[in-house]
Amino acid sequence: MNEPAASRVPAGLRMPFDPLLALAALGLMIASVVSLNASTGASGDAHQTAVRQAVFFAVGSVLAIIVSRVDYSRLRELKYGLYGLIFAGIALVAVFGGVTKGQRRALQLPFFEVQASELSKVLLILALAAFAVDRARGLGERDTTARLVLVAMVPAIFIMASDLGTGLVYIVIMFAVLFVAGVSWRHFAGLVALGAISIALVLTAAPAMGVTVLTSEQSERLTSFLNPSDKAGDAGYQQNQSRIAIGAGQKTGRGDRATQGPLKFLPEQRTDFPFAAIAERWGFAGAGLVLSLYALLIWRGLRILTVAKNLYGALIAGGIVAMLLFQVFINVGMNVGIMPITGIPLPLLSYGGSSVISTLLAIGLLQSIHAQGRVAAVSKGRGRTL
Amino acid sequence: MMEPVSDRRPPITPQLALRVAILGAVALGLFAIVFFRLWYLQVLSGDQYLAEANSNRVRTIPIQAPRGKIVDRNGKLIVVNKRAAVIEIDPSKLPQAERDLAAAWGQRAGKREARPEGHKGEPVPIPPIPTAALRERYAGLGRVLDLQPNTIHRRVVRSLVLLPYASARVKTDVPAAVLSYIRERPERFPGVDVDQTFLRDYPGGRLAAQILGYAREVSPAELKEKRFRGVGRGTIVGKDGLERTYDKYLRGQDGARRVQVDANGRPVVNKLLKDTRPVSGQRLRLSLDRGLERSAQAAIAGPLNPGSNPGAFVALDPRNGEVLAIGSHPTFDPAIFTKVLTDARYKALVGADGGPAPLTNRAISGAYPSASTFKPISALAGLDKGIVTPQTIVNDTGCAMIADKERCNAKEEAYGPVDLTRAIQVSSDIYFYRLGLSTFLRSGEAIQSWARKLGLDHRTGIDLPGEFGGVIPGKKWRTDINAAERDCRKKKKISTTTDVFRAASQGCGLSDLRAFSEGDNASLATGQGDVQATPLQMAVAYGAIANGGKVVTPHLGLEIESPSGELVQRIERDPARTVDIDEGHLRAVREGLRLAASTPEGTSGAVFAGWDHARYPIYGKTGTAEHPPPTRDQSWYVAYVPDPKRPIVVAVTVEEGGFGAAVAAPIACRILAKYYRQDTSSCTAGTAPQ
Repeated sequence: MNEPAASRVPAGLRMPFDPLLALAALGLMIASVVSLNASTGASGDAHQTAVRQAVFFAVGSVLAIIVSRVDYSRLRELKYGLYGLIFAGIALVAVFGGVTKGQRRALQLPFFEVQASELSKVLLILALAAFAVDRARGLGERDTTARLVLVAMVPAIFIMASDLGTGLVYIVIMFAVLFVAGVSWRHFAGLVALGAISIALVLTAAPAMGVTVLTSEQSERLTSFLNPSDKAGDAGYQQNQSRIAIGAGQKTGRGDRATQGPLKFLPEQRTDFPFAAIAERWGFAGAGLVLSLYALLIWRGLRILTVAKNLYGALIAGGIVAMLLFQVFINVGMNVGIMPITGIPLPLLSYGGSSVISTLLAIGLLQSIHAQGRVAAVSKGRGRTL
Repeated sequence: MMEPVSDRRPPITPQLALRVAILGAVALGLFAIVFFRLWYLQVLSGDQYLAEANSNRVRTIPIQAPRGKIVDRNGKLIVVNKRAAVIEIDPSKLPQAERDLAAAWGQRAGKREARPEGHKGEPVPIPPIPTAALRERYAGLGRVLDLQPNTIHRRVVRSLVLLPYASARVKTDVPAAVLSYIRERPERFPGVDVDQTFLRDYPGGRLAAQILGYAREVSPAELKEKRFRGVGRGTIVGKDGLERTYDKYLRGQDGARRVQVDANGRPVVNKLLKDTRPVSGQRLRLSLDRGLERSAQAAIAGPLNPGSNPGAFVALDPRNGEVLAIGSHPTFDPAIFTKVLTDARYKALVGADGGPAPLTNRAISGAYPSASTFKPISALAGLDKGIVTPQTIVNDTGCAMIADKERCNAKEEAYGPVDLTRAIQVSSDIYFYRLGLSTFLRSGEAIQSWARKLGLDHRTGIDLPGEFGGVIPGKKWRTDINAAERDCRKKKKISTTTDVFRAASQGCGLSDLRAFSEGDNASLATGQGDVQATPLQMAVAYGAIANGGKVVTPHLGLEIESPSGELVQRIERDPARTVDIDEGHLRAVREGLRLAASTPEGTSGAVFAGWDHARYPIYGKTGTAEHPPPTRDQSWYVAYVPDPKRPIVVAVTVEEGGFGAAVAAPIACRILAKYYRQDTSSCTAGTAPQ
């Protein structure tokens, strides 16, 4: 029913996507490839890494374009399937997953490894939004809130068992969907309080009572930003080196004279600390530009939320915006030393196929919501400006 | 349920608008936080982080600068450097286990070091060698170098902690044969390098060992001191003696090799990094006369000091305080500090093995009653206050009731009626007891104040660390030590009654709690009792008598010169202080001193019997500090020769040497004979009892 509607739109409104959103994504992808190509020159595989990332971008972009041309509303009917896929992913990883840094996180495939939990973030948004829409008439009821929390928390807890950071993203998605759906303020405040109490319990009370919820390494990573140390090999050291790299970049960056990245003082500079690597090489100018692109991305996401043609679209957009915002803030915050180390990737800048593809899928969904919203608006004769 | 509810909704409800606005506000807030943080890091504190990034990647390996030479006043070498071979181990060729062990130990030792003094606890032991292969390597090297594998291990670990990227020094000053053995078999000694270092070398052997001091690696505590500002870890700095006083000139500037390393410590080539060359230390020219120093040292160590008792000598130029010779017996080889100092050697140096401590410089830190050599000072005080005139006659009957008890001359010799000049010539105790007594009754502490004016009771200010200020007893001094004794007894809960006998056995030993009395002042006038002075102080006081009242600041450093010998700067010294002494008083005292050395009746007349008094008149005074038996008396001699071109003042003391004329005077005679190129064999032991 959409295709004929689109064909009736005047030529000037036929652009099937939000160009600013696309521009932000494109800019970040370029920044990622350029920075990866310059990263850690000494080890010699920088170019190869950049090429692989470019391939991920290409695949992801094709998927995003396909998704953007499909009416996302149809996905609502597939909610059980999508939700089931999340658990299928968890199960597959648990059985066949490879071990990285002592934790099972990814499926090893011949050419790249699939981090199911990354892709599941988008699945959770789609499924959770669908469940919320199903109960659209009873959104203020406690029963609804409880159901939605249950739907989100079950996979979140499974994921958190092996990857705390990604699990937190799930919880943020849950909060965002509940918030945008219009769950009563009282329920929402209660949930936030519950979350705060459980964090306090996990970090302080449980160790005091001798219950190990977090391993000591996890707990150190989470709290080290409060008192950074310079001991080589620990989390404080990583953050210290990241801060030094960023600060040393100064206003315009050190360019080829950068040392923190190339000499590997900056740890995990392709996955956890790509922002610091960019900030050292291109300075405040480069890092500020990257941040601006993220701001643009978030702004467009919020804008698309408001033009969604239906509640389902608005909820999906809300979930995606919250997911991206949270990831950007936590990761960049960790780079600049104001947030704990959690291993949450920086959308589009962190090297890794799963994260790239899931982010691009999310952006494709936003584009779809945008396109559908415009089509609906035009078909009602209420054209909106960009 | 499966029937889709219509999710068409009005474009945007007010509730959704509010929530989107909240979401937007949160996003704006989070971006603002990150932006400000980024601004703070990169724009506001960028310089600091850039410096940190550079210190991260650049490893500085010091290149030792040779320390400056020390030469005597004529440019003769006293301290030089020699190149010595050093066996080192390249840290990058060590197994990771050893480096990890060093890092772990360094952290624990550092934490202990950070604790306050007294709460440091047990030293952190270095764990054993981590791998069997490494033990084998150390053992192989140890067999050649004559070291235990564990000794090598400990040295390597310490060095890795101190200078993680520099080669670890295993042994210094390795003989050539061992060196070539190692050089020819690199496959048997993996990671072992041969390098060169500079070691202090002493062409004069034991000459002037106590004043030279020594130089060693700067300690972590010293690095925090102001005088070592800018000194890097591992730098060799002066720790004692002249090496310490003139360290900033002698030290030079270590060079640096700069190496760029990656996060794992592996070197990464960077042509932009430049090395700095070491700058040699400057040369120090001393006022010391090496020849005179050697003769003096030989005299005090030779047959003139039959018991080879500990002692000291000082020779000054009375015009300006330039020290011509200074030394202490027994002495030691200063090269001992360039080697590993074993516990036994150290104990012997500081006298912890029961012997006299060779490390102590008795010329500046030996605290001795100066005995009769003090009499000229009492005389000047008495004359100044009008207690006596040069013509006052005292009938010396050999023994007399002075204050509370009968006191006698040495050997109870009676000299009959004596005036001041004769009293000094024959060293009449009775004359000076009476002088001390009357001074106390009529002018209070005149002797004390004259002693202070002439340089006693405080440090002379010589350019050597560790000088002792001496003691001139008076009312205030008595009150102070009595107070200290009372405090001490209070702490130990001992009765504070004034009981001489119980004080010795039960008190703290600081004081018997009596007040300062006229008897004490009588003892002071003869240099007995609680007086304590160093040979250097006596030389300065006699120098003032010789030059008419100028109290000089003795000093050894004369000039700072470039390594090749050009003058860089003269060493500044405090200006001499001048004491106003009446010409007539001075004449009377000087005459007494001259007669004492040049007439048969004089106390040291016999010693200088063969001396050319017409050419080089000697003004000298013996001293014999009495000790309760079984300790023998301490021998003193202080003299000056007012030669218009080359005047000199000499002070000699020998602990338990006996009478002044017996030991100290002949040694002083030797020093003077050497200085004026006279026949040294004419110096013979005298028998005068004072």
